[in-house]
Amino acid sequence: MTATVTVEALDHWFGELHALKDIVLEIEAGEYVTLLGPSGCGKTTLLSILGGFLDPSRGRVLIGGRDMTHVPPAKRPTTTMFQDYALFPHMSLRDNVAFGLRMGGMARRARHARADEMLDLVGLAADGSRRPHELSGGQRQRVALARALAVQPEVLLLDEPLGALDLKLRRSMQDELKAIQRRVGTTFVHVTHDQEEAMAIADRIVVMNAGRIEDAGSPSRIYRRPATLFAAGFMGEMNRIPARTTGDGIETPFGPLAMAAPVTGDLVLCLRPEAILQGEGTAGTLDMGRAEVLDVAFFGTHCRAHLRPEAAPDLVLVAHLPPADPPEAGKHLTLSAQAKDLTLYPKEA
Amino acid sequence: MMRLLPWLYLAAMFTFIYLPVGVLVLFSFQDGGLPVPPVEGLSLRWYADILTDRRLVDALTNSLIVAISSGAVAVVLGFCAAYALARHVLPGAALLRGLLIAPLTVSYLIVGLGLLMVMNRLGIGLSLWTAGIGHVVINLPICFAIIYASMGAQHKNAERAARDLGANEAQVVLLVTVPMLAPAILAAFFLSVTLSWDEFIIAFLLTRFDVTLPVEIWNLLRSGLSPRLNAVGSIVFLVSVTTVLVLELLVFRRRRS
Repeated sequence: MTATVTVEALDHWFGELHALKDIVLEIEAGEYVTLLGPSGCGKTTLLSILGGFLDPSRGRVLIGGRDMTHVPPAKRPTTTMFQDYALFPHMSLRDNVAFGLRMGGMARRARHARADEMLDLVGLAADGSRRPHELSGGQRQRVALARALAVQPEVLLLDEPLGALDLKLRRSMQDELKAIQRRVGTTFVHVTHDQEEAMAIADRIVVMNAGRIEDAGSPSRIYRRPATLFAAGFMGEMNRIPARTTGDGIETPFGPLAMAAPVTGDLVLCLRPEAILQGEGTAGTLDMGRAEVLDVAFFGTHCRAHLRPEAAPDLVLVAHLPPADPPEAGKHLTLSAQAKDLTLYPKEA
Repeated sequence: MMRLLPWLYLAAMFTFIYLPVGVLVLFSFQDGGLPVPPVEGLSLRWYADILTDRRLVDALTNSLIVAISSGAVAVVLGFCAAYALARHVLPGAALLRGLLIAPLTVSYLIVGLGLLMVMNRLGIGLSLWTAGIGHVVINLPICFAIIYASMGAQHKNAERAARDLGANEAQVVLLVTVPMLAPAILAAFFLSVTLSWDEFIIAFLLTRFDVTLPVEIWNLLRSGLSPRLNAVGSIVFLVSVTTVLVLELLVFRRRRS
């Protein structure tokens, strides 16, 4: 089962705090969407409103085209997977997973059979009679997933589901979540503050900040061409180079730049560390001239270097250089960047 | 010597606590007519005596009825109050919480006198019912405090999950909240039962013809010391100890596992 989710002109206040500001969002059926943002950005509030745990101050929520704005959680075609899993400690795993079916009036034998199927889906087929406290964090997380999916929701809401797991387990659970989502076809809305997790798992990322949607799109598009300076910074490390418009173009410390300016006045030119190249530029590139290597650290897939360009000595750039034969500190390199890797934003006030 | 001191202190402390009870139990087996040294031989005659005494057995039964039923009522009311205050935003919640706990600080004598006056004014005759009401009054704050303290945020999320999966409010409480809080609820119940079982002043003030065991013991005391009293006292002690042991085995063992 799967359904579209439509959020129309949603606003929410907690007392004086304007937690969500004019949220407009369209989620397709069967899509895996992550809401990404720092803590306090409103992503969990939005998820609670989708799940029916909060009544929005203004706006509408439609699920599968039906208005669900004021429908309580029990009556919605959604289920939520909570951050702390919220398993029932006094019930076996089978009873935990079958709880929603029991509430739906399914007979014991049928619901136990279905619960075992769901436990099988998450790789816990043999553990139906165990209790939650006997399980590891990752296993509890799987049970919570099985319980939420057992009632065949149209939309599954996941509230930082991997937050409590260690890094290695988190990466492997990401792959598993994605695979299970593909298999069941349910629409997943997943809240996280981890941009790597969001990129690894989502069809579409919705970047939120201070109650607003900053950007929404595919992971690669948001990473490469973020819509706002906040989205650019939140999606990964970014070199910010001051720039400004002049009469006939854009002026940067590295010379004029032939790009369309978003506004006139002060700008920020953004460049990912891996987009800084060694060697002189050719046509259609930004020549950044010589730069001194301040330090280099080896990361396996790349070398992370701090560089001080001669053209702008008060600027320190971060570059990811090829790991083979890294430059030593104190050496000078010639740098350039391709125009397609550059993005321009108005300077923040 | 310095290593022995803590052990001596411990032994002295336990002697101080348990000597009176030990003496009481010891002389309940006295084969003579007075519960004082010397021990004239061991016998169960006083136990046989009290267990064939109609009034004592009635009082014992009354005590059990009052303890169990007042404990049950106090737990139900305490749970409801705790659930309301822990799960809902109520106007004046802090004041309500304070008012619920406050009776703990009032002496049983004052509570008993107050209830006596209210019963008289309302024209309600004194009986086991009124003693039971008195015990609910004193045990409700304790039940509330124990259950309220154990209602954590992790329980709240499990309740949300149950609601999300289609449970109505009654199903949430009965299938999720109560089973999750079972240790606290059972602890509150057994504590209420022991407190009611031992309670004298309120039971004395609020009963008339049918009385509870502590009141009957008081009546016996007026006719002087006798090993019968020791035997009754030993039974009271035995019941209290049993309740505490059941509590320990049923509740705290399970929580640890």
